[in-house]
Amino acid sequence: MTQRPDADPTLDLADLESAALAAVNAAADLAALDDVRVRYLGKSGLLTAQLKSLGALPKAERPAAGQRINDAKRMVQDALDARRAGLEEQRLAAQLRDERIDVTLPGRGQTPGALHPVTRAMARIERLFANAGFSIAEGPEVEDDYHNFEALNIPAHHPARAMHDTFYFPDGRLLRTHTSPVQIRVMETQPPPLRIIAPGRVYRCDSDLTHTPMFHQVEGFLVDREATFADLKGVLYDFLRNFFEQDDLKLRFRPSYFPFTEPSAEVDVQCVKCGGRGCRVCKQSGWLEVLGCGMIHPEVFGQVGIDSEQWLGYAFGMGVERLAMLRYGVDDLRLYFDNDLRFLSQFA
Amino acid sequence: MRFSESWLREWVNPPHAVQALCDQLSMAGLEVDALEPVAPACSGVAIGAVLAVEPHPDATKLRVCRVDVGEDEPLQIVCGAANVAAGQRVPVARIGAVLPGDFKIKKAKLRGVASQGMICSASELGLAERSDGIMTLPGDAPVGEDLRAWLALDDHAIELDLTPDRSDCLSVAGVAREVGVLNRLSVTAPAATPVAPTHDDGYSVQLEAPAACPRYLCRIVRDLDPSAETPLWMTERLRRSGLRPISPMVDVTNYVLLELGQPLHAFDLEKLEGPIQVRLSRSGERLALLNDEAVELDDDTLVIADSNGPVAMAGVMGGAASAVSETTCDILLESAFFAPEAIAGRARRYGLHTDSSHRFERGVDPMLQQRAIERATALLLAIAGGRPGPVVEARSEGDLPRPVSLLLRRTRIRQVLGIAPEDAQVMDILSRLGMTLEPSRNGACENRARGNSTDGKDAGEKGATENRVSDDPGAEGWQVTAPSQRFDIQREVDLIAEIGRIYGYNAIPVTHARSAAFTRAPQEMAFDLELARRTLVARGYFEAITYSFVSPEQNGWFDPSPSSAPLSLANPLSAELSVMRSSLWPGLIQVMRQNLARQQPRVRLFETGLRFLGGADNLRQAPSLAGAVVGTVLAEQWGATKCLVDFFDLKADLEAVLTQTGRLDALRLAPPASESGAHPALHPGQSAELWLGEQSIGWIGTLHPLLARRLELPNEVQLFEIDLAALGVGERPAFEPLSRFPSIRRDLAIVVPAALPFERVRQAVMASAGDLLKQLILFDQYQGDKIESDHKSLAFGLILQASSQTLTDADVDAVVQAVVERLEQELGAKLRT
Repeated sequence: MTQRPDADPTLDLADLESAALAAVNAAADLAALDDVRVRYLGKSGLLTAQLKSLGALPKAERPAAGQRINDAKRMVQDALDARRAGLEEQRLAAQLRDERIDVTLPGRGQTPGALHPVTRAMARIERLFANAGFSIAEGPEVEDDYHNFEALNIPAHHPARAMHDTFYFPDGRLLRTHTSPVQIRVMETQPPPLRIIAPGRVYRCDSDLTHTPMFHQVEGFLVDREATFADLKGVLYDFLRNFFEQDDLKLRFRPSYFPFTEPSAEVDVQCVKCGGRGCRVCKQSGWLEVLGCGMIHPEVFGQVGIDSEQWLGYAFGMGVERLAMLRYGVDDLRLYFDNDLRFLSQFA
Repeated sequence: MRFSESWLREWVNPPHAVQALCDQLSMAGLEVDALEPVAPACSGVAIGAVLAVEPHPDATKLRVCRVDVGEDEPLQIVCGAANVAAGQRVPVARIGAVLPGDFKIKKAKLRGVASQGMICSASELGLAERSDGIMTLPGDAPVGEDLRAWLALDDHAIELDLTPDRSDCLSVAGVAREVGVLNRLSVTAPAATPVAPTHDDGYSVQLEAPAACPRYLCRIVRDLDPSAETPLWMTERLRRSGLRPISPMVDVTNYVLLELGQPLHAFDLEKLEGPIQVRLSRSGERLALLNDEAVELDDDTLVIADSNGPVAMAGVMGGAASAVSETTCDILLESAFFAPEAIAGRARRYGLHTDSSHRFERGVDPMLQQRAIERATALLLAIAGGRPGPVVEARSEGDLPRPVSLLLRRTRIRQVLGIAPEDAQVMDILSRLGMTLEPSRNGACENRARGNSTDGKDAGEKGATENRVSDDPGAEGWQVTAPSQRFDIQREVDLIAEIGRIYGYNAIPVTHARSAAFTRAPQEMAFDLELARRTLVARGYFEAITYSFVSPEQNGWFDPSPSSAPLSLANPLSAELSVMRSSLWPGLIQVMRQNLARQQPRVRLFETGLRFLGGADNLRQAPSLAGAVVGTVLAEQWGATKCLVDFFDLKADLEAVLTQTGRLDALRLAPPASESGAHPALHPGQSAELWLGEQSIGWIGTLHPLLARRLELPNEVQLFEIDLAALGVGERPAFEPLSRFPSIRRDLAIVVPAALPFERVRQAVMASAGDLLKQLILFDQYQGDKIESDHKSLAFGLILQASSQTLTDADVDAVVQAVVERLEQELGAKLRT
């Protein structure tokens, strides 16, 4: 409790001041410090009361006495401020100490899943070709013989059909064996120039260690006033070096045969596992076959009514599972369709 | 096509080691599939002469042999083979020899008798898969010489995986021709002098299907020695080419097939009656084939027939009845050209595939028959004696493939390949390939006459006018005729491809052309599947990819419209993979089950892909997105209550996916109105058809408990499936000005009958609150003993805001009152106090 201020002018100012300073230092917390402030510097505080007693002094002594009192007040106020700052710092330190958490505890909430690695690789392929100006097209998976074979210059009984173990439906339709029919469907409906890629599921009636009856391809093609085999090489060099993020990746083009392209080539990349020295992945050859390509065959242009004297084009196709295997080191094709969460979660 | 390195080098011998030779072939488009030694490594095996064979004193099955291996003293070798006999030349593994499989030969005692080595069987040397007794060598095998060296076993088998267009390389001769071209070397064919006939018996041949068989040669060879044996050099070549030696007559035809690429057939002359007819089969005719199978022929199969009916399926396989046997002395040897179109697909139709059909359906050189039959005769006579008759040729000249003359335009080479080789180089490449060239100045007209190109105009020279084809410099080039074995050269571009191939694909530069094609970007508000996928991934889903074909039973359980029969494959891999899926759920459920079985209690999956709806008649291939989840909402973790996913968790995930349409306010969940309207795979009380505006887009719900039980799944599996095509184009965001005035919130709690859908409450609130209502937040639903039974309490907050002023209490009270009145009147709601 604060005492009634005593107006006794005889009370020694120095005593009062040292008592106040002692009380400031003794205040244990901000509340006690405030009590001290009220007791000495409040409206009716002991030091404030000293000023009120000035009137009892002779006029000549008043300024000097007033000065002394104010000095004492300032001294106490400064001590109060300093003490408050100290106590506040202590309080904050205590708060920080009390609120300490274990930041090594795991985060809470939903944990993300993952895209399938085939989708992941396919999305990357699509992005790379989108950068090169290709648009995406899609086509049906239940296809007719014309679009899957005939229009691609693979007539009935063509030996190339034997290489496509085809799933058929009783009415003669089939599951597309490659994404190439999308070429035909696009050229039937859109006038050139064209720059298209067609990703999707394809099917072959085959199942063993290295074949699944369903897999994914990305087909790409360009039709323009000018398009050469050298340009085709340019596109594929850009794509493969970007896909494998290897600027000096070596490629080789081997002559091959597809009924719907001429000339045709298979493209090998230097083994991305061993750098071409020879390993299990490349079967010691130093090379990996990754895609097929060629200049669009005049017969194919003829089927869709594009004048092959006016337009040229190239096409290429790749297996996504294979590229994903090379990119992510997956060593067993069947894992893709097992959908084991322990497998899928590796591609988060 | 498999052959041995040494055989090839006999024809053409480039200065490359075998690996380099194989690389060269691969890079020329003849892909080498395998390169392997013709025999496994072994050492220390010599040719020995068996001097004497005596019985083993203590073992009835063993013999003690004295074998001369060219050393001072003959070796004593104990041998268990029954066929060992004095006078034989045999392979002898001496002490210290190492046989395949790292089998070391040491000094040994067999039942007390010392043995100084081993007489080997062919299989012990890795020269046969199985053998019966020891291998015997020809009588002229030099005693003491190393067997490996004498048999030239340091040789390689090269296997080519030829593309269907390169039938010209389905022979050693063809590969040699190609190697010659690549290395600028001449090719040496074995001497092929015609064999003079020693009797005059010909054989009558009738070509009744001349388009299918325009050339048929045959020759009678009499008095062959049926006991003759195929010489080792030939059996070794056959073996190294992957063929098993059978008998001299069969071996010779196989040998010529490999050497020249001409399939031949030998009939037992005695089994033939009447003239040979080459004709189409008649429906219902039967033919017992060499492989012991009998086929019923259709009316479209080319056969060789005699007066009793078909004796061979032409170009595919001979008949069993007319086949040569161990006692055959007289044969009719056939060497024919069958048109590829006449053979293609036939073998496959009957489930057959032979070396012969493989070649004929791809194309056999129509000029090869004479040479092949002479070569075969010469070989046959050398091995089994015999008296050859004259070669009979039946020919339909007009039906034989004629060489095509093609215009090759100089400018076109550049347009296609992007290179402009010198004329000399073009001419060099094509003539090395056996093509004949003549310069052409106005060939465009000729090319047009053949209908190969629609316009003689050079696409690169846009200024050229259409009718001045003969003056067009773009038409300058060559008239080129390909050799008869090159069935693949049909067009100008085929010539260009050959130029590119020999020039070297890897020598063609890498260029970047500017394309005139405009990139067609997808519409902004088209559904972005990639974004949907990533949304689900962020919400804890894993993407699965399952087969598009499923079991009919499972498909039936999940089929949203089971009335139409699913699309079934004619040739499925198995019944489990035989129908095209009507829903993505069977695949996802299968994956879920497998993962649950692998101790993964929390499974969150989605898949995108086509569904096949409407059956065969009204097939719609519907791009779809489906999800299936089970287990806790969150992965097990500290500080979060364990909570199993339910309908509303899934609904939130679905809404997150659909947010990108900008039409979430148009999403409506319609619970099945009746049993017949329910989805067969879903819990009728915890499922809904999804509507976006007026369009049904799919289903969401809890797996039907009956199915859960049948599939041994927990009860709380949640599923959704949406038809992406039905989503249409979304609504583009449209800016609304932001209000500068504060919003005010009022909370209400009402009691309504428990069966009343919240949607009704929401609609009543929206309809009565007016424009000031910015947001309605349901923050509690309660059912329990604090309110009357069959009722529920709904507590919600109304966020009100005006765009032009600060709302007063009176404004807000008016809205709240209107809402309360509407709820009371329309829904019988009671305000909870």
